Amino acid sequence: MALLPKRLTQLTLRQQEERSFYLFILPWLIGFVLFTGGPVVYSFLMSLTNWTGIKTRDWVGLDNYIHLLTLDPNFWIVMKNTFTYGIASVILGTLLALAVAILMNQKIPGIRILRTLYYLPSVTSGIAIAIMWGWMFNPKAGLINFLLSLFGIQGPNWFSSTLWAMPGLIIVSLWGIGPNMIILLAGLQGIPQQLYEAARIDGANRWHEFRYVTVPMLSPVLFYVAVITMIGSFQIFENVLVLTNGGPGTATRVFVFDLYQNAFVNSRMGYASAQAWILCVIIMVLTWLMFRISRRQVQYEVVEE
Amino acid sequence: MSTTLDPSTTTTLTYSPQSEENMRNLRRAKKVRRIFNMFLLYCIAIPGAILFLLPFLWMFSASLKASNEIFLFPPRWIPSPLHWENYTNALALAPFGLYLRNTLFVTLGNMLGNLVSCTLAAYGFARLRGRGKNFLFLLMLGTIMLPNWVTLIPQYVLFSSIGWSNSFAPLMVPAWFGWPFFIFLLRQFFMTIPRELEEAARLDGASTFGIFWRIILPLSKPAIATVAVLAFIGNWNNFLTPLIYLRDTNLHTLAIAINRFRGQYAIYYNYMMAVSVLVVIPVIIIFFIFQRYLIQGIVTTGSKG
Repeated sequence: MALLPKRLTQLTLRQQEERSFYLFILPWLIGFVLFTGGPVVYSFLMSLTNWTGIKTRDWVGLDNYIHLLTLDPNFWIVMKNTFTYGIASVILGTLLALAVAILMNQKIPGIRILRTLYYLPSVTSGIAIAIMWGWMFNPKAGLINFLLSLFGIQGPNWFSSTLWAMPGLIIVSLWGIGPNMIILLAGLQGIPQQLYEAARIDGANRWHEFRYVTVPMLSPVLFYVAVITMIGSFQIFENVLVLTNGGPGTATRVFVFDLYQNAFVNSRMGYASAQAWILCVIIMVLTWLMFRISRRQVQYEVVEE
Repeated sequence: MSTTLDPSTTTTLTYSPQSEENMRNLRRAKKVRRIFNMFLLYCIAIPGAILFLLPFLWMFSASLKASNEIFLFPPRWIPSPLHWENYTNALALAPFGLYLRNTLFVTLGNMLGNLVSCTLAAYGFARLRGRGKNFLFLLMLGTIMLPNWVTLIPQYVLFSSIGWSNSFAPLMVPAWFGWPFFIFLLRQFFMTIPRELEEAARLDGASTFGIFWRIILPLSKPAIATVAVLAFIGNWNNFLTPLIYLRDTNLHTLAIAINRFRGQYAIYYNYMMAVSVLVVIPVIIIFFIFQRYLIQGIVTTGSKG
């Protein structure tokens, strides 16, 4: 009789904690089932149908995927555009972010203010900013072509030119390097100073320090930033909608813009769901690659040290 | 004797006023080099920062120009006279007060929803034990990487089928059921709070919720501020979901309202820029007040969410 309540309370203490755990995460758990997990499963089922948003729909198996990958000429144009945009903005964006991060890592007065100013554009995304870029790139009266004219260059028609619309979008993407700059700056500050001192004792100059200390030590962070930027650039939407509407022709028709058009303009819900799954697979592969390579990089560092 | 003695050997071996002089020269040279380096850094960093801010200035300048001044070439940076009435004229073209109210309602409502649901889930994952916790946590992390384009279509189907389309519900309800990126950010912060504080409170008879409410939350103001700011900016700039769900113009948020405005007043760049300035300014002000928290959030999680 005296033992029983004690045992009971022992049990209930653990049970109580477990109950608390589930109560605390309950909102997220419900949200996960209703708004994420459920929809993910549903999305996959939809991708196997020819659903157009009307009641009638038929199972078509993998037809949507087969059609996308082999028959739809648009799909490969879209893939090419997306990868062009992604690779160019990753390379240029990462290099620029690295250059700015190195600059911001110097101990000079006023560096905090400068850091803030470089970061500021990154918080102001959205439609208003896209509209502003349309004005910046205006062929007749935009700032970009005015600046080019100061060097005697006749600027192109940017977003109404098949050739220059994509470079225009890539230039716009470089304005938002703020978060990457901050991540790289944190990486730079995490490099032990002793490594630089040791390199200097060995007679290294600034270039040597950069090439043989900074780059290898920073490479996991650089790679992380590159992959994050790639994943982000696969989902560029607002700038395309406002600046080019996918054009001229199909010059800037990128993945999610095409997906949006299929789903919400042409009402091809099943087809667009298949596209969403292809996007998901691409991003999963990139994420997996990131974890794999970053793990290798860390080991490589340990051996090198 | 004095003619044959090599002066260099004497100066290196013994004290002489000459070596003192050398040292002073060396120190001065070093200082000059440091100042020169600093000057060089400013020469790159300051023009770079101006280049990053130029689009804002260009937008602001255009918002104060007369309609015939806007296409002037070469452009005039400071319009004369300053057409402040562009702002009142532009605002009179559409019920922007209503759009602002809608935007604030959705933005603040979602911010509150995110704060409530995410702090709860984060505390559960940071501190409480329960069966399946590790699995659920991994599931939650996995959904951070999931592109929202995968769940967009099935969510649209779900919300439409229960009659929620053309209302704020699809934009706002999910915010009350957790946001994985914020849960992760908060959990990382909660993990750093010493357990002893909670244990002491538990001995004093505090309940789990009491500990969460009276100890964890007050100690987590920086992390909560980070989430609040990120949620505010994200929702303020949000374009895609309002675009898909809100058909009734009375329900429009600023983001889609200015997109519609762009279609109607395409050649009135001065008006479009005035409206864009007004939409961007709140974000800039919030950024300047809370930038510390934003940057901390990026450093903690390696992403801006």
